[in-house]
Amino acid sequence: MVAKRIIPCLDVKNGLVVKGINFEGLKEVGDAVEMGRKYSQEGADELVYLDISATNEGRNTFTELVERIADAINIPFTVGGGISSIDDASRLLDRGADKVSINSAAVMNPSLIDNIASKYGSQFVVSAIDAKMIDGKWVVTTHAGKKPTEKELYSWAKEVQERGAGEILFTSMDHDGTKSGYAVEAYKCLSEMLSIPVIASGGAGCVKDIVDVLSLGKADAALAASIFHYGEIAIRDLKLELKSNGIKVR
Amino acid sequence: MITIVDYAAGNIKSVTSSLARLGAEYILSSDPKVIAVADKVILPGVGNAATAMADLVEKGLVDAIKGRRKPLLGICVGMQLLCRHSHEGDVDCIGLFDNDVRKFIPSSQCKVPHMGWNSISNLESKLFKGVDGGSFVYFVHSYYAGLSTDTIATCRYADEMFSAALKYENFYGTQFHPEKSGDVGEQIIKNFISM
Repeated sequence: MVAKRIIPCLDVKNGLVVKGINFEGLKEVGDAVEMGRKYSQEGADELVYLDISATNEGRNTFTELVERIADAINIPFTVGGGISSIDDASRLLDRGADKVSINSAAVMNPSLIDNIASKYGSQFVVSAIDAKMIDGKWVVTTHAGKKPTEKELYSWAKEVQERGAGEILFTSMDHDGTKSGYAVEAYKCLSEMLSIPVIASGGAGCVKDIVDVLSLGKADAALAASIFHYGEIAIRDLKLELKSNGIKVR
Repeated sequence: MITIVDYAAGNIKSVTSSLARLGAEYILSSDPKVIAVADKVILPGVGNAATAMADLVEKGLVDAIKGRRKPLLGICVGMQLLCRHSHEGDVDCIGLFDNDVRKFIPSSQCKVPHMGWNSISNLESKLFKGVDGGSFVYFVHSYYAGLSTDTIATCRYADEMFSAALKYENFYGTQFHPEKSGDVGEQIIKNFISM
């Protein structure tokens, strides 16, 4: 059987990995290539790099960074942040990205998923969905959870699968940053209704949270950021714990 | 010197980066005369089998590949193109490996693409020198070649046992991506380079 994946997520601004601290600002936590290499050596199964610079200059720095990551790292990596056209995706593919993650742009323009998937294949397209619970319903949001949309999580997930996305990366904005565990029930529903892999994101605080989302939540992969960046959980130890809980890992 | 077949096959960058990390020299070429006689050739492949096959035909590369007597390694769709036929676009392929390529049937138990790290077993080739049975490598594919007499490594996904690697004479193919498979993958590429 295919192993469950552990995916560190690195937010990048001007070539450096950053982490938000209680909404008060960003703290630089390290060089993007070096951190990726370190995680890869420790047993990370994949990496996700998100460009959060949101300026043209930052975009260009990020594109160059993607090439340096591809040169340095021997495991797959996904890049995301501000990808809004097929040209953006092509540029990142040429620099060596294995997958692109499409978020808000697909909400505004769903056919972007069809277009990228039909040109480069479903395996290249990760559909990132941010959602939060509003009046008992999972509502898809944009702008880091601030703007609710008309879309509902499950029907949107089904739609992006049909449009050709190869994976779903669902972040619960209610859980993100809380370190109180993933939205386990929602992942279980997604995983049972979809025939593409589901990556869980948002809420990892301890090993048990990851065990729960991969077993009870049936997620195919667990993504986390701060617990890895601040050394709260070492990937090697995490893998041993997962194994002892009967979860197949590499 | 490794020659990488330069055709409509998606991500060639990951293969060149991998060779560069190992200190191997490489060139890209789509010239049939070069591909026919090059010392070692890698046929990469990401994307659609029918599209990739059409481009090999258009560039006049099919006979150049088929006639080779020195090592060639097909990766992912590159391996599938060395099989007889692919159901992806219902296309006849180069026909060196005694296999047809079929699609995994998607379900919540069998997510498609088969994406991620899976273990390979029954390793039977010098391509896997120094690699233990049960090692994990990285797969991304929706189509697979079943087992045949050319199978040199197996993998199980959902209820399907399929060929993780194939070999016929001087032709090798891996369904997984050695260039993305960490240290195990690097060992496999090194083994190919030193053939």
